[in-house]
Amino acid sequence: MYTLSVYSGYMFGGMAVPLTLLGLLEREPSHGYELKRSYDNYFGRDKPLPFGQVYATLGRLARDGKVTAGEAEPGAGPDRKRYAITELGAREFDAWLATPIEPAPHLQTVLFAKVVLALMLGRSAETYLDTQRSAHLQRMHELTEFKRAGSLLDALLADHGLFHLEADIRWIDVTSARLKALAEMVRTS
Amino acid sequence: MTSATKSQLPSSRSYLIDARDVHMSFGQTAALTGATLTAANGEIVAVMGPSGSGKSTLLHCLAGIFSPDSGEIWFDGQRLDSLSDQRRTELRRTAFGFVFQFGQLVPELTVSDNIALPLLLGRAGRRAAYARADAWLPRLGIEGLGQRRTGELSGGQAQRVALARALVAQPRVLFADEPTGSLDTLTGETVMEMLVSTAREESATVILVTHDARVAAYADRQVLVRDGKVIDHADIVSQVTQ
Repeated sequence: MYTLSVYSGYMFGGMAVPLTLLGLLEREPSHGYELKRSYDNYFGRDKPLPFGQVYATLGRLARDGKVTAGEAEPGAGPDRKRYAITELGAREFDAWLATPIEPAPHLQTVLFAKVVLALMLGRSAETYLDTQRSAHLQRMHELTEFKRAGSLLDALLADHGLFHLEADIRWIDVTSARLKALAEMVRTS
Repeated sequence: MTSATKSQLPSSRSYLIDARDVHMSFGQTAALTGATLTAANGEIVAVMGPSGSGKSTLLHCLAGIFSPDSGEIWFDGQRLDSLSDQRRTELRRTAFGFVFQFGQLVPELTVSDNIALPLLLGRAGRRAAYARADAWLPRLGIEGLGQRRTGELSGGQAQRVALARALVAQPRVLFADEPTGSLDTLTGETVMEMLVSTAREESATVILVTHDARVAAYADRQVLVRDGKVIDHADIVSQVTQ
């Protein structure tokens, strides 16, 4: 099942939590629990950020001079400090925001390797491509249902997955159409 | 569909649509070479495939527009392919609705005229036909456009009118052939969302022909037409998991 947590984990799992927290602090100074609430709402969804990770990250950002921690405010709770982004933190966040991420066609590389190996070994590449297309379509259906039932933010998240899966399927379709020529090439090379 | 699963098919009465081993050629060109497809009541089935694979020919056979050279096509427990032309025409008017890529609305008529057309052709009373037609306008977000000529509409508006016209007579099956093929991404999504939600509300079975994976993802089940045969993705997945 292609759950939201799987997809959001894929999207945000490798994304630097510190930079995301810096971005949220760029909006306005906040307490740790407010940052956690915003993070979970926009980026965590089914995979909330643990409180421990929030405060540990804020501690490191403060140590590195990227945020400042205000005086502890009276009240219940483990941490009543209000955090604010520094100039250094804002510069780092701006630089991160302006830098494109590296296109990472990992899945396509695996698909490519499997097709070529299947052809080399005389296995049915067509069966493999049909199986992969089925798996992709199943995930696309799950994402589409998620998108239909969800908010605009959910749609944004689902669309990211849908367009990538669609690109893979287009590659699968074109490769399927070229299999005969590919098999000939692999056999003679 | 594999021979194993095919042999386990329940009788034709279990499906609303049941096409078995359908062959059809145009001259020397074979379009369908043993296509088998079923659709349950209320199911949305996407028929995918590259250009020239035979998917539109299959749709036309399922809808009784084409008569296959051989094979059987059952609709609601009756052999569609052996009915007379007159009876099939009657069935298309009363039990089937159609949405095509370019709407194919009548440009000389207004939006309301176009939607009411299937009812008027079915000899419904004029007042009742227009009342039912106009009730579809707000359902598809095109209220206020009833008196417009269809040539004045945007592509997305035209497809919504085509959808209303297809569903106004409460068909058992909605046949949609590349319904978003002429639309941009967001407009296409809006049309698909409306197509799926209104078809569900009307309990209509949908046969959706598309080459677009994102459109096919709206369906409950996707099949691929390749070299005139139907490959059911559900069968592929079950073979792999066995």
